[in-house]
Parts: sequence; C-alpha cells; structure tokens
Amino acid sequence: MTAFLFNRRSLLVAGSAVLASGVSGLLLPARAEGLAPTASMPGGANNYRKGAATVERIGKGGFWMSGTVRRAGDGAPLAGQRIQIWAHTVEGQEHEPQSHGATLTDKDGKFRLEMPQIIPIFGQPHGHLAYDSGEFKTVFLRPVMKSARETSLEAHFVLQPA
Amino acid sequence: MRLARRILIWAALAAAIGVPIAAAAMSPQLAWRGPIYIIAGFAGIVALGLVLVQPLLIGGYLPGLQAYRGRRVHHWIGGTLVAAIVIHVAGLWITSPPDMIDALTFTSPTPFSPFGVIAMWAIFAVALLASLRRRLGLRPRTWRIAHTVLAVIIVVGSVAHAVLIEGTMETVTKVALCTLVVVAAAKVLGDLWLWRKRGTLRDSSVARQ
Repeated sequence: MTAFLFNRRSLLVAGSAVLASGVSGLLLPARAEGLAPTASMPGGANNYRKGAATVERIGKGGFWMSGTVRRAGDGAPLAGQRIQIWAHTVEGQEHEPQSHGATLTDKDGKFRLEMPQIIPIFGQPHGHLAYDSGEFKTVFLRPVMKSARETSLEAHFVLQPA
Repeated sequence: MRLARRILIWAALAAAIGVPIAAAAMSPQLAWRGPIYIIAGFAGIVALGLVLVQPLLIGGYLPGLQAYRGRRVHHWIGGTLVAAIVIHVAGLWITSPPDMIDALTFTSPTPFSPFGVIAMWAIFAVALLASLRRRLGLRPRTWRIAHTVLAVIIVVGSVAHAVLIEGTMETVTKVALCTLVVVAAAKVLGDLWLWRKRGTLRDSSVARQ
C-alpha cells in the first residue's frame, strides 16, 4: 500500500521543481520553444485610448520612452510596428488625449518617442505602452521608473502571431 | 508645570499631524494634479493622522480627553476616519477608475494597494461592529479581541500603504508619522494589557464600555 503523500515538504519540492523549470524556461528561452512572448502586465491597459495618432513627439517632450519589438520564437526584430504610449505627465493626466501618442519601430525593431516628463500617479511613476494593431496578439505594458527623477524609460515587446 | 505639560503634548500632536500635511501641501506633484485627485490624496493623509489620534485617546494620553471623554471623541474620530477613507477612495476612483478597480479587486500592479484596501475594510468592519455592538449583544471580551485584531490590521495596513507610495507626502515627515502611529498603537496595546492584568484599569468602564 503506497499512500500518496502530499505534505508541506512534498509540496515545496514539487513547487520548486515547477518553479525551477519555469524560471529556466524564461532564462534560457532559445533552448526549446524559442523566445517567449511578452505577457501583458497587470494594469497595463488602464486609461488606454484606442487608435492614438502616430506623432513626432508627444507634447513638448523632454522625456524619452524607448524599447524594442521582436518576434516570439526566433527573436527577429519587427520593423514598422506601431507602439502606442501614454502616461500621466507634466502636460496632462493619463486619460487625456494629449497624453497619448504612437510611434513606429525602425528596421532594427527599435522605437523611441519623446514625450513630456512622467510623474508619479497612483503612487508610482510609470508609463503605459500598447501593441494593438491586430497582426500580432495585443500586449499592454506598464513599466515603472526606478525614480521619479529619471528622464527615460524602456519597455520591450516580444510578440506572437494573433 | 502641569499646564506646560498639557500644552506640550497637544503641540506635539498638532506637529506630528500638521507638519506632514504642510510638507505634502508644498509638494511639487500638486502642480500636475487636478483638485479631486488632490483632495483624495489629502483625505488619505488626514486618515493616517487620525489613525495616530485613535490609540492616544483610548490610552488616555491626551490631556483633557481622558476616560469617558476620550472614548466619546474616539467614536467621533472613528466616524471621521470612515468618511476620510470614503473621500480618499471616491476621489481616486473619479481620477482613474481602472486603477481604483484594480486596487479594490486586488489585481493592482502596485504593492501598496492591497495594504490600503485591507486597512479600509478593517476600518469599515470596526466601525460597523462598534455601531452594532449593543444590538448584536457582543460580550466585552469578544468586542475587545475583535477591535484589537482589526486595530492591528488597520495600523499595519495603513503604515505599509503609506510608506510604499510615491506621492505628495515628503519622505521624512511621512516615515516619522508612520513611526508614531506604530508606537502609539503598540503603547496603548501594552498599557491596556498591563492595566487589565493588574486589574487596575484607570476607569473600570473601559472594560464595560
């Protein structure tokens, strides 16, 4: 008779085994299934306005939002992808139209958009970014600045086909 | 001498709450916020100040507000605290509904939100219990234990919530106020326990009331 033991120790062992395999999957993405797609962050879609216009710069600028867009699996850079950006800045609140804008990635899959200085809102200085153009699955990101004094912020997308 | 002591205690309390509020009122962040967001934020700071006053009243540490009078004021401040929290949450909801919904449903990315929401529910629970206590026929012992547990949750939740937030409060005055809140709560819990153990509650109605 073999009783199925499910005590705290077995749970810990099993749990850490699952965790270890999951973490190594994130750390060494290229090994089995390739570069894993980026998941949307909690709260990432808050105050999103669909269809922000592609702009040279949001408002008067002074702050840089940058990042990369790559394809899940092989990690190939994705050119010409539209990334929408918004935040609570010195020129407006998160939900206001003038706080929103979009930019396109260059041939290396990089994007960079100047916008007004981000300031803390709801207790954290953070920005919002969205990929929501249909060709790939929608992703909403919400990166947080290490300090409210920083004048740039990065966010990186790994997209999977829709 | 006694008058000087009274003045000193009240001045210290006024400074403990007034200085952090004044410092927050000078925050450069205010320039980028709308009036409703500003009111919501200050309602939160005032609530933190009231969480400091509550144990001081119950411990009878405030001159002129000891024993029965202290407890009467404690009830009123409790009601004001509920109102301040309602203003805080409602104002933040109006400012950014999705962020407030995330906080209330415990799906917020910000680490301080659950602490604030838990403290909020504990404040509502203790206020509700206090108002229904006679009707429910709660025994003093049951009430005491329930209130103590909820008070600890309120203090820990409020302080963690405030400390983790990057907002209008200035860091040094915020940490000082939070420290005082924890010390005051710990002091009154210790004193009440001691007085009960010695059977020398300053006013026997503390146990009954």
